[in-house]
Amino acid sequence: MIWKIILFLLMSYVIIAGISFPIVEKPEAWYHFPLIPGLGENAKIIFFHVPTAWITVLAFLMSTIFSIKYLRKKDLDDDGKSQTALELGMVFCILATVTGAVWAKFTWGEYWSWDPRQTSIFALLLIYGALFALRSAVENEEKRATLSAVYSIIAFVTVPFFVFIMPRIMKGLHPGSADDTNVGPVVNFKMNSNMYLVFVLSVVAFTILYFWMWRVGSRSLNIKEKLLKNYR
Amino acid sequence: MKAYHLFRKDLFSEIRNRYAINSLAMFIIVTISVILFSVGEETISDYLSGGLYWVVVFFTGMSGLARVFVSEEERGTTLTLQLIARPETVLSGKLIFNLVLTLAMNIVITFLYSALFPAFVIKSLMLFFITFILGTLGIAISSTIIAAIISKAGSKGTLYPVLSFPILLPLILILINLTKISMDGTSFGEAIMDVLFLASYDVVMLSVSYLLFDFIWKD
Repeated sequence: MIWKIILFLLMSYVIIAGISFPIVEKPEAWYHFPLIPGLGENAKIIFFHVPTAWITVLAFLMSTIFSIKYLRKKDLDDDGKSQTALELGMVFCILATVTGAVWAKFTWGEYWSWDPRQTSIFALLLIYGALFALRSAVENEEKRATLSAVYSIIAFVTVPFFVFIMPRIMKGLHPGSADDTNVGPVVNFKMNSNMYLVFVLSVVAFTILYFWMWRVGSRSLNIKEKLLKNYR
Repeated sequence: MKAYHLFRKDLFSEIRNRYAINSLAMFIIVTISVILFSVGEETISDYLSGGLYWVVVFFTGMSGLARVFVSEEERGTTLTLQLIARPETVLSGKLIFNLVLTLAMNIVITFLYSALFPAFVIKSLMLFFITFILGTLGIAISSTIIAAIISKAGSKGTLYPVLSFPILLPLILILINLTKISMDGTSFGEAIMDVLFLASYDVVMLSVSYLLFDFIWKD
């Protein structure tokens, strides 16, 4: 219960502050955001884009961890937890892709330009899609759990290539690319303390939201399976 | 039973019915001719022809490389193999077979492609040769382990490219980049970082395949 109240307060603050606090050239009052050259008002979407992208990766990581756990213990509970993380990850992956594309349209001029980061989030979408395709193709529960666990581990080891290597060998527009000289990771030195606080609170709020959804999802999956077993 | 014996068995049975070889050969012709027809009278740029080369390799690979494990499931010989050979031996044998098949396929594609596309000119042959070898290895390794998953998922043919593409995507992106660089005539020393990424992909995929094959193979 306490977590839900914290989540409510954090989320309300992030939404109100993130949308309504003004961006000024010389921040003076505590609620002012600094003007980042080249971004302007577009900078505010960072409070919603970065947390969704973070949750996408976190969900994928959790699904892989539960897959490894399933392969070691062969407990179908772990498979259910992994599947719930996958479903949530897919939702957040779509959200991150859409918010990123909208931001790209207003900052870079195109919705999609195959920037390395866009390529990697696209690959993540493909991996999620492939996992769902694989899961729907196998009838047997244990076999489905094993195969999807193996596939998600194989897919997981390709992620470092996208996240760390691709942006460094390909030219890109996203902060943190190889030819990036002055835009820099926006997070590190272009934000003032107020903007940074809202950003961190937003990441925390989205993480709590994700864990809450994940617990509800895996519990409901558990109950569904038990009911099905009794029904048969 | 040694991996070599398994490879010999697969090779002989392949020579007897030539299913994979035929489908691969036909797919090479089909893919290249589709590209040729769609290009028509247009002239394609150098870089585009370098990228299309890997498109041909990818789609040809998707048509025939799943056979190694699917054929065992179809003949119902999986149980026998499980009895007489250790899982690592099975994977090694199948991997060698797929490697030979991919290598033969890529050599044929390279010769045919450079004969049919005048824009496909490699200036730095040494770099392209190493890219070619490491790329062949990577495609063979990834497609073998995905083929094992597919064969256990009821041999769904359409699922194979769906599952393989995300896994092969980083490999293909690095390969296309390296092919472009070698068309510019960049020396091997300058592209060493990319070659190392390619090699690390192969090593990572190989070790993950050997770690996880046990779980797929034993039902």
